[in-house]
Amino acid sequence: MLSNTDLQTLFLTFKVASFATFLMLLLGTPLAWWLARTRSAWKGVINAVVSLPLVLPPTVLGFYLLILMGPTGTIGQITHWLGLGTLPFTFAGLVVASVLYSLPFVVQPLQTAFASIGEQPLEAAATLRASPLDTFFSVIVPMAKPGFLTATILGFTHTVGEFGVVLMIGGNIPDKTRVVSVQIYNHVEALEYTEAHWLAGYLLAFSFIVLLLLYTTLKTQPVTHQLK
Amino acid sequence: MLITTFQRTSIIVALLLFGQSGWSATVLVAVAANFSKPMTDIAAEFEKETGHRANLALGSSGKFVSQMENGGPFEVLLSADEKGPEKLEQAGLTVPNTRFVYALGKLVLWSTMPDYVDNQGKILSTGDFKHLALADSKLAPYGVAAVEVLKNMKLFDKLQLFFVQGENIAQTYQFISTANAELGFIALSQVLENGKIANGSGWIIPDNLYAPIRQGAVLLKNGAENPAALALLEFLKSAPALAIIKKYGYALAQ
Repeated sequence: MLSNTDLQTLFLTFKVASFATFLMLLLGTPLAWWLARTRSAWKGVINAVVSLPLVLPPTVLGFYLLILMGPTGTIGQITHWLGLGTLPFTFAGLVVASVLYSLPFVVQPLQTAFASIGEQPLEAAATLRASPLDTFFSVIVPMAKPGFLTATILGFTHTVGEFGVVLMIGGNIPDKTRVVSVQIYNHVEALEYTEAHWLAGYLLAFSFIVLLLLYTTLKTQPVTHQLK
Repeated sequence: MLITTFQRTSIIVALLLFGQSGWSATVLVAVAANFSKPMTDIAAEFEKETGHRANLALGSSGKFVSQMENGGPFEVLLSADEKGPEKLEQAGLTVPNTRFVYALGKLVLWSTMPDYVDNQGKILSTGDFKHLALADSKLAPYGVAAVEVLKNMKLFDKLQLFFVQGENIAQTYQFISTANAELGFIALSQVLENGKIANGSGWIIPDNLYAPIRQGAVLLKNGAENPAALALLEFLKSAPALAIIKKYGYALAQ
């Protein structure tokens, strides 16, 4: 069975993922909206930057973050100036890294959902004199609901599965940065295969169930169906 | 008799392909992270002296042991401890009677800041640091030694709150060298250049504060028939190799 330490790592992992997912939706929604609507020449560049974590090895991202967020790095100097200290080895640092790492998993489904809404509903809302904010919450959000659902779940689960970045900037501190993927890795390296099996099993079951729920729910309300 | 161009070319190609194969072979070596610098030098000497090649895979000993248990490809293991090679021996994955201690590891308390670490380690009780880096004692022998030092100094309970742990000693070095951790315990070999600590400041921990880090080497079954593997283990005991090992701050077993 799971030991207390293992449970701690599970709990911490979900905490990191929840914070990161919340921040990603907050940042990702306007970003995805802009990417879906803009005709700016910058669209390609921003799209490429947001998608970088999809192709970069997490260790590359982690290595850059360790240097940038450290005392001599640009981000590190800014956080130090703000009185926050430096971010590596902290819970906040892990959340920031997770946001960067999982952002494409939130932005891309949202961007697709926003793009598929098209001009018509927005024009209709405008003729009814809905304010932009009103349009957003009563037209766009309901129409893009499957996109939001996919974005939330993929952002969350991808953060749960994060490993390379945490290994580089985490420092394996109980209750702060020791997340479940690192704990499994440590169990395996310490040749504690039984403990590794238990934790890995939990994670596998969790991931499968969440994805199963996602795909079965989405099937009942596909994006195209709502548009008709 | 005239030799045609085709024949001439064939001879040259054959010479290039097989010319050395009778004499030179390649050995795949798993090397504990702390020994990466000396081993790179030793491998270069080894190639010069014997004509064989040594391909080095660097990482943590624990990982190499679990990879070998699951059919890993390595032919020689240079572990950071004796436990790894012993475990593989018990599992019947090594060639009998090939296990030996190739070096005794030295621990250092190190910081990138000059004049930060004093030569008695007083900084550990007086310093205002936020992070003390060390290798995970569950995985790395240098982590075990660091914990032992802190316990002997009666500082473990107090400093435990400041621990940031690297998965292996190379990662621990990374935490300190990027200044994310103000100071930490690493292998002396990682910071020693020409017999001196090259950057920052350090305290070479006295031997009486921790049990010797006995680093074991062993020939694995995969390498039993490989002349390069056998030659490498012999070379590790030779004078040129021992000189390199000493140069990087290790002590020699006997």
